[in-house]
Amino acid sequence: MATGIKDKVAILGMGCSKFGERWDCGAEELMVEAYTEALADAGIETKQIQAAWLSTCFDEVNVGKSGLALSTTLRLPNIPVTRVENFCASGSEGFRGAVYAVAAGACDIAVAVGVEKLKDTGYGGLPASSRGTIGALVNPNMSAPGNFAQLASAYRAKHGVNKDDLKRAIAHVSVKSHANGAKNPKAHLQKEVTLEQVMNAPIVAEPLGLFDCCGVSDGAACAIVTTPEIARAMGKQNIVTVKALQLALSNGLESSHNSWDGSYFHTARIAAKRAYDEAGIRNPRDELSMIEVHDCFSITEFVTMEDLHISPEGGALKDVLDGFYDADGKIACQIDGGLKCFGHPIGASGIRMLYEMYLQLQGRAGPRQRNNPRLGLTHNLGGGPNANVCSVAIIGEYN
Amino acid sequence: MVGITAFGGYVPRLRLSRKAIAQANSWANPALASQGKFERSMCNWDEDSLTMAVEAARDCLTGVDRKAVDAICFASTTAPFVDRQNAGVIATATNLSENLSTLDIGASQRAGTSALLAGLAQVKAGEKAHALVVASDHRRSRAGSSAEMNNGDGAAAVLIGTSGVIAEYLGSATVAVDFVDHFRGEGEEFDYDWEERWIRDEGLSKIVPRAIKAALEKTGLAGDAVDHFAMPCTFGKMADQLAKGAGIKPAAVRDNLHAQMGESGTAHALVMLVAALEDAAPGQVIMVVSFGQGCDVLLFRTTEALKTLPARRGIKGHLANRREETNYMKFLSFNGLIIQEKGKRAEGDKATALSVLYRKKDMILGLIGGRCTVCGTLQFPKAAICVNPNCHALHSQEDHAFQDEPARIMSWSADYLTYTIDPPAHYGMVTFNEGGRFMTDFTDYEQGQVDVGMDVRLMFRIKEFDDQRGFRKYFWKAVPQRKEA
Repeated sequence: MATGIKDKVAILGMGCSKFGERWDCGAEELMVEAYTEALADAGIETKQIQAAWLSTCFDEVNVGKSGLALSTTLRLPNIPVTRVENFCASGSEGFRGAVYAVAAGACDIAVAVGVEKLKDTGYGGLPASSRGTIGALVNPNMSAPGNFAQLASAYRAKHGVNKDDLKRAIAHVSVKSHANGAKNPKAHLQKEVTLEQVMNAPIVAEPLGLFDCCGVSDGAACAIVTTPEIARAMGKQNIVTVKALQLALSNGLESSHNSWDGSYFHTARIAAKRAYDEAGIRNPRDELSMIEVHDCFSITEFVTMEDLHISPEGGALKDVLDGFYDADGKIACQIDGGLKCFGHPIGASGIRMLYEMYLQLQGRAGPRQRNNPRLGLTHNLGGGPNANVCSVAIIGEYN
Repeated sequence: MVGITAFGGYVPRLRLSRKAIAQANSWANPALASQGKFERSMCNWDEDSLTMAVEAARDCLTGVDRKAVDAICFASTTAPFVDRQNAGVIATATNLSENLSTLDIGASQRAGTSALLAGLAQVKAGEKAHALVVASDHRRSRAGSSAEMNNGDGAAAVLIGTSGVIAEYLGSATVAVDFVDHFRGEGEEFDYDWEERWIRDEGLSKIVPRAIKAALEKTGLAGDAVDHFAMPCTFGKMADQLAKGAGIKPAAVRDNLHAQMGESGTAHALVMLVAALEDAAPGQVIMVVSFGQGCDVLLFRTTEALKTLPARRGIKGHLANRREETNYMKFLSFNGLIIQEKGKRAEGDKATALSVLYRKKDMILGLIGGRCTVCGTLQFPKAAICVNPNCHALHSQEDHAFQDEPARIMSWSADYLTYTIDPPAHYGMVTFNEGGRFMTDFTDYEQGQVDVGMDVRLMFRIKEFDDQRGFRKYFWKAVPQRKEA
């Protein structure tokens, strides 16, 4: 009988590059930047690492389809390195590989590095990607904002919310994240914005305007994991362990069966429930201290508040406007600025979210530090509302 | 009795104001001003002669068992494929049987009536029971030309058979003369025309009467027996003069629809025939005349069965479904007549895996999905395992045709980021009322009026152009239905 991941794996060290338009860097330099910080934080040497995972998505503009980019760049001692990719949830997938390897007892120390160099593609947004041989013949030529924007149309119809009210609520989501990002020196965008600016920005995909969309950035993040016992033996204080690590993938229901109404993420609801069970959380609204969710677009964050079973169904609008998820709210959401301010270098984002939760749990988040946080959740989503990969991870203090 | 058993039509919803053409071009050609009246039909960017043909065929097949159709003849001089049978694409898109004879006919403005004669001959000979004849044209012309003013885009279809005949075929005559009023050489984009006065005086005036006379003699009819004289011609009063010369009543001369759509090439004789059938009472004689390197003349007499034909859009219905377009630049863009900045997102390789297209042809061209024989769930695409979470039966699905199923919008967006010829790209999830759904592009929508819950009609349209290889991808798009429609 499986017993779950809770408290079997500890985070030994983490690192995160400065995110942004890193014209000075390639993927290799970004990986080194995140890795060296993590290595110093862990207090170990490269030769102690026994297995590695590299998460990166747009391989054609980055580092190729294997783990060689990581092993070569970090001069890893000929250990197993696995490259993983699961759309925008790739970062969480890399972390999962490393955590499971340690939990399985296959190795004592493993590393996960996520990276994406997006700003060499020449695109303002995400580059247009292949839709596959059948997809190219049937799927609309959708952009990511156009895919996610559809949530708004379905949410409005389902909950009888008018266009302006929803637009205002999702604008609040972005205003809040920008306020948080302004306090984060590693964020790409470190500037506050006003509600008026968000509401009046040019439309990218109806009803999402420019400030409803996350930035496009380069970045890397890194996590080094081990067992709590080893971490303790190394003299580590304030040990942070993995409490839950869940991944739910669509199976075609949303895209082919009329039971889904398009206003929420079917997978997120499942992954969140499983994660709470795994972590032993009964009431997430009361027990979670903070969350980092996949705010690729403001509407995505908005509906995710319900999908994580924190806001009641139809209740996100009130919670968001009440400031429940603001930096000083009951559960801070995107306390680091989120994808909104970090941008979304695909392979790095999932690990970057964990980085902030880890810093907060260790009391090292500087001006963003929350008062005595105990549990942090990350939600990392790949794909679109009707077909996606949804990761929910929870980390917390080790007792 | 051999004759027409059903008819259908299609005219694109967009109508370009001729005044807009004249205004944009009169600096170079002031003479165009006199032609700047009324409007002409104009394909949306995702329409061509194939997509219009599919619509006309669907309209014609209203209430008809599609699997009973055993022949299809397609006429066009603007078919998108020079070597890939276009009729076969129409057959697949309209879910016809594969036990079917298929034929493309082109190379003359007379091709529409030639296809009609071919269909009639097949049925008359007893070789085929139900021959579908479709003619469609999306004619390109140089910016600021007279042809741009006179042409229109459109399609028409008739079904030929022996039972349930609504218009009996009385007979025909053809005169073949290599009279080159215009031509389009191999690989050329546009027609080259000779002087109009010569075409009128040496061509139409001398060749058409010979064919009309022969047809009347063959059928034993006098000119005044003709109730509907359907003859495409862009020269004013020419049709009236030819009718008069043949003893046909002036009132029988039909409107050539110049004011509403312009002349739709090889389709136009059939467009006018369909319009005549829409107006005709039982027992009336229709003469169809088509000129092009000679002349075809066909005669039909309507029957009582005309009254019981199920309702359809036809030419009249499509003419009524119109939206004025006054942006001449848009017309130029849609017809590839200007070089535009398309942005980086238009750069991707648009190659088609032909083996995939073949394997999935019913799904892609015919919008065939699945129906689970265990739980009854309709689903698109058809899959090995049923999508119903309470079923998941393996290999349980039979084909289900979705193209005529009632459907509505579940979610949508208007996307300014992605590349499309006519931004913003509208698309979304469409759900079928009886089950099944798919994400697809929208077309022929009113910007600002699209919303969740709107009914949609599915239409076969161009999905994407592969200009590098001269290929076109087709798929089904959703057309939001306005409330009053």
